[in-house]
Amino acid sequence: MSPNIAAILYLAAGIFFILALRGLSSPETSRRGNYFGMAGMAIAIGVTLILAGASGMTLVLIIAGIAVGGTIGAVIARRIPMTAMPQLVAAFHSLVGMSAVLVAAAALYRPEAFGIATAGGGLKGLSLFELAMGSAIGAITFTGSVVAFTKLQGLVSGAPVVFKGQHWLNLGMGVAIAVFVVFLVASGGEAKTAFWILTLIAFVLGVTLIIPIGGADMPVVISMLNSYSGWAAAALGFTLENTALLITGALVGSSGAILSYIMCKGMNRSFISVILGGFGGESAGPADGGPQGMVKQGSAEDAAFILKNARKVIIVPGYGMAVAQAQHALKEMADAMKAEGVDVAYAIHPVAGRMPGHMNVLLAEAQVPYDEVFELEDINSEFSNADVAFVIGANDVTNPAAKEDPQSPIFGMPVLEVWKAGTVFFIKRSLGSGYAGIDNSLFFRDNTMMLLGDAKKMTESIVKSMH
Amino acid sequence: MEAIDPNVYRLAIFVLAIFVGYYVVWSVTPALHTPLMSVTNAVSSVIIVGALLAAAAPMVEEGGLARWAGLAAVVLASVNIFGGFLVTQRMLAMYRKKERPAAPAKSEGGE
Repeated sequence: MSPNIAAILYLAAGIFFILALRGLSSPETSRRGNYFGMAGMAIAIGVTLILAGASGMTLVLIIAGIAVGGTIGAVIARRIPMTAMPQLVAAFHSLVGMSAVLVAAAALYRPEAFGIATAGGGLKGLSLFELAMGSAIGAITFTGSVVAFTKLQGLVSGAPVVFKGQHWLNLGMGVAIAVFVVFLVASGGEAKTAFWILTLIAFVLGVTLIIPIGGADMPVVISMLNSYSGWAAAALGFTLENTALLITGALVGSSGAILSYIMCKGMNRSFISVILGGFGGESAGPADGGPQGMVKQGSAEDAAFILKNARKVIIVPGYGMAVAQAQHALKEMADAMKAEGVDVAYAIHPVAGRMPGHMNVLLAEAQVPYDEVFELEDINSEFSNADVAFVIGANDVTNPAAKEDPQSPIFGMPVLEVWKAGTVFFIKRSLGSGYAGIDNSLFFRDNTMMLLGDAKKMTESIVKSMH
Repeated sequence: MEAIDPNVYRLAIFVLAIFVGYYVVWSVTPALHTPLMSVTNAVSSVIIVGALLAAAAPMVEEGGLARWAGLAAVVLASVNIFGGFLVTQRMLAMYRKKERPAAPAKSEGGE
């Protein structure tokens, strides 16, 4: 195949990837978009296989490699529970990062295999710079994602790990990586040790960058690592002079960056303060002294009666709902209400789950129609018209302190204004504080009725009481 | 005048693609942000093109490392490609409209 035709086909693959993302502008077009993505990937792989001219044993090994990896991927994709999507995405990011490191190493040792060797069989300075960057970003993505995975999977505590001089250490490692990049380029690619040292430092940096970031900020971390994996791919796209990689890297890089921005805005935190970390660790238990004021407690029967007789109910699900696996019971409850003529809608806060859009997927899995599910800015004005706001497994995202108490650490964060509804039901295990470790004054309001108990059991008994 | 370095063209493609990405991603509905992440993850595995070239590098006496690194990257990227696209597909299949839940799924199968 002529290199020109190959380049045009790589461009086509890149365009298919753009269409894949474009399809996600609505659920109707999204499925077709995903097929575009697959087509683009098939083109890229097919063209490369022809270009590489692999045959015999090598071809067998490659096909076997794809088959092994593909089978593992397919099985995971089929089995993974939707609540575990954040971990899965983190794990997948780590694979992209590691692949980037491996490809960069291969390019350094065998530039002629990629058609980027100079006449002397070495590499141009620019190529060396690009592959060193690709490897460094890839290495950071790898270990960073592994740390994020272990935190999300609960293998280690979600609490931030901070120590003295941490940021200076990170800065120092960043500078060291830059120094070794310069060293590698200056040596004309001969100083292969420099490559491995800078990659090794980047592996360490990936860990120290992510450990100070607390569990509450995980949505930002995943988006950020998504972005990193894109930039790593783009850097190698420059090295390998491949348009498909370049376009994809740019798409993924900007996608992750935008999602990070949206998540930060959802929490009213600056990106820098998230990166510096140390927030959102105190997830355990209420603050000392206990909550103040009078709390009105209700039973499932009370809730069922009021819900059935409401005109409009807005359900506010949070991650706690997913942990309790209450989404299916919730859907049943909504169906029972709809049978009584109640208008039911769902309100989703941007950081309701553990990753962008997580709650929407969990509701979709419970067969909640997506046109009943609304984003914060679209539904916030509706709470004043609602008879009931039904908060299940959410806490901080409904905290009035974000609007009313300038002293609160979450002041300024956009929240769902559930307190404007006629009655607020709040399902919660106990009166403890939320993930951010902040008391919620909503519990003590006159129009709030606390339903204390497990989200799933409580919802199920409400459903029972409705019939 | 000197000829323009091809790297400049690549830079141009890269910068324009960032802009395309910026506008396309902002048009993604927030309800689909999780599938967006899984599909961007799948497409970023196009890094497999580099892995394939490395794995298929002609055998030489001291070039073993690149071939094995390439092959390992082929496996890792394949996990991502298949896992990423399939899990995205699984998620997207769950998004239903209000009325007849079975109808959109059927028309999809006909494609």
